[in-house]
This record gives sequence, structure tokens and C-alpha cells, in this order.
Amino acid sequence: MDIWLQQLFNGISLGSILLLVAIGLAFSFGLMNVINMAHGEMIMIGAYCAYLAQQLLEGPLGASAPDVSFLLALPAAFAIAGLVGMGLEVTLIRRLYGRPLDTLLATWGVSLVLQQLARSIFGAPNVQVTTPSWLQGGIAVTGSFTMPYIRLFIIAMVLAAIALVWLYLVRTAAGRRTRATMQNREVAAALGVRTPRVDMLTFGLGSGLAGLAGCALALLGPIGPSLGTYYIVDSFLVVILGGIGQVVGTAIAALAIGGANALLEFQLSASVAKVLVFALVIAFLQWRPAGIIARRAAR
Amino acid sequence: MTSDPKNNYWLRRRFGRRTIVKAGAALAISPAIASIAAACGGDDDDTAPASGGSGGSSGDTIRVGILHSLSGTMAVSEVAVRDADLMAIEEINAAGGVLGKKLEPRVEDGASDWPTFAEKAKKLIQSDKVAVTFGCWTSASRKAVLPVFESNKALLYYPVQYEGLESSPYIFYTGATTNQQIVPSVEYLLQEGKKNFFLVGSDYVFPRTANKIIKAQLGASGGKVIAEEYTPLGHTEYATLIAKIKSSNADVIYNTLNGDSNVAFFKQLRDAGIKASDLTTMSVSIAEEEAAAIGGDVMEGHLVAWNYFQTVKTPENEKFVPAYHAFTEKSGKKRPTSDPVEAAYISVHLWAMAANKAGTTDVEKVKEAMANLEFAAPEGPVKVHPTNHHISKTVRIGRIRRDALIDEIWATPGPVEPDPYLETYSWGAEFAKEKKS
Repeated sequence: MDIWLQQLFNGISLGSILLLVAIGLAFSFGLMNVINMAHGEMIMIGAYCAYLAQQLLEGPLGASAPDVSFLLALPAAFAIAGLVGMGLEVTLIRRLYGRPLDTLLATWGVSLVLQQLARSIFGAPNVQVTTPSWLQGGIAVTGSFTMPYIRLFIIAMVLAAIALVWLYLVRTAAGRRTRATMQNREVAAALGVRTPRVDMLTFGLGSGLAGLAGCALALLGPIGPSLGTYYIVDSFLVVILGGIGQVVGTAIAALAIGGANALLEFQLSASVAKVLVFALVIAFLQWRPAGIIARRAAR
Repeated sequence: MTSDPKNNYWLRRRFGRRTIVKAGAALAISPAIASIAAACGGDDDDTAPASGGSGGSSGDTIRVGILHSLSGTMAVSEVAVRDADLMAIEEINAAGGVLGKKLEPRVEDGASDWPTFAEKAKKLIQSDKVAVTFGCWTSASRKAVLPVFESNKALLYYPVQYEGLESSPYIFYTGATTNQQIVPSVEYLLQEGKKNFFLVGSDYVFPRTANKIIKAQLGASGGKVIAEEYTPLGHTEYATLIAKIKSSNADVIYNTLNGDSNVAFFKQLRDAGIKASDLTTMSVSIAEEEAAAIGGDVMEGHLVAWNYFQTVKTPENEKFVPAYHAFTEKSGKKRPTSDPVEAAYISVHLWAMAANKAGTTDVEKVKEAMANLEFAAPEGPVKVHPTNHHISKTVRIGRIRRDALIDEIWATPGPVEPDPYLETYSWGAEFAKEKKS
């Protein structure tokens, strides 16, 4: 029994990380029909922000630096990754609208450039952050069921971030313009929505969320130039399964893939679980090609 | 799809989901295709003119090749080994060189790409005409260059512990084979009363071969493998695997994970509340530099098996460590010494001694002179095996400290003879079969 609770928790934890990464991809797909291969590098930027914040504060604060720096790194990662994303949109992606294969190749190139840049700045070896003391350890619920504080924190952070994104989309004027552009770009533009501005802001928002995810991942795994590549494939899978541009669909898909991964890996092995998840997603898309939630496109 | 005119308009406006899936899949497999293609292409002229001879000596210098990844994922590890090669060459030159001539290193970058390794090996042998090459780290790169060295009758010195079951007539192996690292470490764990082994590894040739050997050994000595788990290279989500470990009754985790996966595994192990004092782990791919990159606070207390640690106390090591620190500091970054660094240092000295003893750099003569050669290495005395091209090495078990250096906690009383095909073990019959007659 314990073990099933543990796996359920692990699945939710994995799903929540995927969701945070995938939401930005879902935006760029849904809004701009852009396949952004450089999205993974926003994760990497976020992770290096966590590292830099700790390095910068180590001098003035000494041993208590990790406790404070992580909290400061979260907004910094969001802002920096968001700005890089906006820069990318304005300088490159904007010029390639309507040429999906070209954006795919161009953003892949950008991804390689960013990775090499990180390698030149921070060096090829991994760097590390110390876990803040208030996130070390976990709650032992029953015998073998432990909930590490780090994973609880990440789940809470994702919930908060998604709630804010939802509020933004539904309750604010800017959010309404974003949804209008997603649903029908030409009509929105005709009604006075400045779609280039919407594109830039939405792209920045998605990138910022990926940066936030990177900041959280810095506590769980390696921080290195190729960090983003480990998550990008699964995130694409989430977006496709969820239904392109669908926030709710993306959320369901992320939890489904996270849960399926955790349960299958427990029963079988990591490599086989990955293959099975892929196969299941493909089978599902044969049945429902539009994903979990189909987009009602006005064409 | 694009050829269907009805679809064109739609395609221009909306990038179809299936296309996206296909494009993604194509991207995912394209590196594999590229490397297969390159490997096929690279094989073309392996049988080209065999230099075979004494190559490399021209005028006052003898050219020697160094072939390591100086870029790409393996650069972290291999740059440290290149520095060890260069330092040994400097020492030899300062002491008068080989056969009265100075050694002139030719450094090539294998770029963490196996076909590139084969190409650069060919360049070193055929156009630079080096007398010997020191190089490679991963087994994949060694397997890629092996046919090049064999068909050109040229010499390679390989400095990293590996999965054994190989003994090329043109390669000398100065790192540990399995009976000098894995087999004794399992014996040590059994002595400590650990019976139930949980095997964790990355999904490629070294961990799978290593675990096959461990299973055969445990089967013969009363231990038990309670689980054997592989994760893809680059895997970073270990919560599920750790849940499996917790729900098992494992006494020890035998870890053959490689690269970034180790960082995620050990961090998440600690987050799950498992400390080194609760559950023993034994790793064979984590040396000083890797431990520092994961973080001493995460790795503290975990066990590793090697032949050399920076903290080893021998008179040779007392000179070797400061010399290497000074040498690497010159090029910007002071590095710790480690097992592969030390093995690379040994390899250059052994070749120089053999060439001096043979009185020539001729490959066949040097090979003859290598047999039974002895060298006082930083790890202690080593001796080249008369026939199998490996060297005897002392085996050590160490515990990682908070500063990411490693303390020795157990060692074999003396050097262990190399046995790459495990022929001297009663349970090794299935591996001895792999030996080419």
C-alpha cells in the first residue's frame, strides 16, 4: 500500500515538473504554430540562475547563502529566462512565422548555441547548488512512504504558477487578448489586438515558466549545459497529448504521463517504461488525433 | 503529405500534429543515423598501407600521438588525462628523452564522437607517423579505434578501467580490468556481510557486462542479486528507482551509472532520506573530479572502488600529486589527480621505458620489451603481464570525504595480476569462452 502511495506521489511530482515546462511549449504551439526546440535551454538558464544566485550571495552571507539565494533565484530565473525568450521571439521567431520547419531548425540551432555558450561561460563540468536547509529532508508519512520537502515545494510552486497563469488568461485584459489571438489571429488583429505584442509577451511568459522549472530542477539533478535536452522530448509529448494550445489538456496530459511513467517504471524498468509511454501516447493519438482536449478552431 | 496540393494551404497555416510527431522522431534518431553512416564511411580504408615500421623518429624528436576528447561531453574527464600524458612527456624529456631524442606530442581531439576517434587515429598513424598513441576513455571510442590500430600494426595505450574481455595485440591497457576493480570490490562487500545486491546502471555495454560478471560471481559465492535496473543515459528522474530500492531488502547498491545520472541519483537518494550510513553504495565510475562535481555534501560517506586515490600514501605519489597540481595550474585550472589520470601517467612512462629497453621505437620490438616491465607508480609497484597486455594493480576501496577527496578504507595486500577473461575464477567459464584463441 505504502509503495503505491509513494509511486502516486512520485508520478504527481514528475507530472508537475513536466507541466511547468510544457505550458510554455503549449503557448508557442497554440499561439504561433512554432516548434521551439530552444525551450529546453530556458530550463538550463533557470538552473544556472540558481547557481549564480548562490555564488553571488556566498560572499556576503556565508553559510546561510543557500537558504536565501534560492528564494531570490526563483523570480530572477523567471525574469531572465522570460527576457531571453522575448529576445528570441523578437529577433528570430517573429521573422519565421508560417514556416514551421524553418523555425524548428532555427530554434534547434539556437539551442545548440545556448548550450555551447553555457559551456564557455560556466565550463563543461556540472556545477552544483546546495539545497536550502529548509528544504532538506522530508515528511515520513508511513513506513516507506516519504514525501521529500523539495518535491512538495515544487508541486506547490507549480500549482501556484498554473493558478496565476489561469488568472492571467481568464481575468485580465492582456489574457483575453492572448486567448483571442490563439483562437483566431486575423479576427483578433482586425479588432485591434496588437498580435506581435501578444506573441512576444506570451513567448516570454512560457520561457519564464521554463526558467522557473529549471530553478526547481537544480535541486533535484545535475546543472549542466545539456540539462534542457533531458526534459524537452517528454514535454513535447505532453503538449501533443494534451491538445495543442490547451492549458487544461496540457495539465491532464502532464499528470497522465508523469503517473504512467512512475507506475510503469515501478512494474518494469526505466527503459521499458519510456518505450511503453511513447507507445501509449501514439495509440491514444490514433484514437483521438487532436489530443485529450480538441481545439475548436474557427476556420 | 506536402505533395498533396489539397493539403498545402492548410499546411502553410497550421503545422500538422502528425508532422510534428514525425519531425520530432526524425530529430531524435538523426544523430544515430549520422553516426552509423559515418562509421560505415570511416571503415573504407582501414586496410590502407600499414606503416608497421618504426615510424615517428625524424631528426632529433620522436612524435607520439595523444588522442582524447577535448570537446563534447567527455571533455571534462579526458582533458585531465591529456594533461597527465603531457606532464609525463615533459618529465621524460627533462630526463633526456627516449633513445636520446625528445618526445614531440601530437594532440588530436576525438570530440566525444566515436567515428571521429577512428579518423583521428588514422591521421596520427598514417600522416603524422607517430611511434605510439596514448588515448581514449569510453569503451565505445576504444572499440572504434581498435581496428585502425590493428590493421596498421600501430600501438595504443588505453588508460581507463573498463569491462575486460578484450586483449588486442596492439593495445596496452593500464587501467583496471574487471578482476582488478569490480571482482575484488564485490568480495569486499561480501566480507562485510552484504549479501543482497541491488544493481543500478546506465543502459550500455559497460554496466551490462559488469553486472553479468557480478551476477556470475555472486552466484558462486553465496550472494544474491535482488534486482538489476538500467536507466537510459542522461536519465535524471530517480524517485521511482529509489522507491524500488526502499521496498527491497537490499544490503548494498552496486552503482555503474555514468555521467549526469549520478548527480540526480545521489541527490534524490539523499532527499528520500537514505544516507550512506543507512545503505551502502559502491560506485565504479565516480573519482575525485566527479565527486566534486556532484558535491561533497551529497557524496560524503559513499564507497568507490579504484586502484588509486589522490590520498594514497607512497613516496611516488607524494611527488606526483604536487607535480600534477602545478602542471594543471599552468593551464588555468588546478585539478585533482584521479585513477585514470594516474593510469595515463603510467602508460607514457611504461612505453618510454620499453622503447629505451628495446633500443628502438619499432612496434614489435617495443611490444616484446613491454613484457614483465616494472614501474614504481604513484599507486605502488605495477608490472606488465607477459602476454595479456594488462598490468598488475593494487585494488583499493575508498570512502568519499566532504571535500570530495577519497580516503582508502581497504586495499589488497599487493598488486593483483590482470585476468581480463576471468580464466582463473571457477565461475568465470562463460567469460573465458569469449577469448579468441
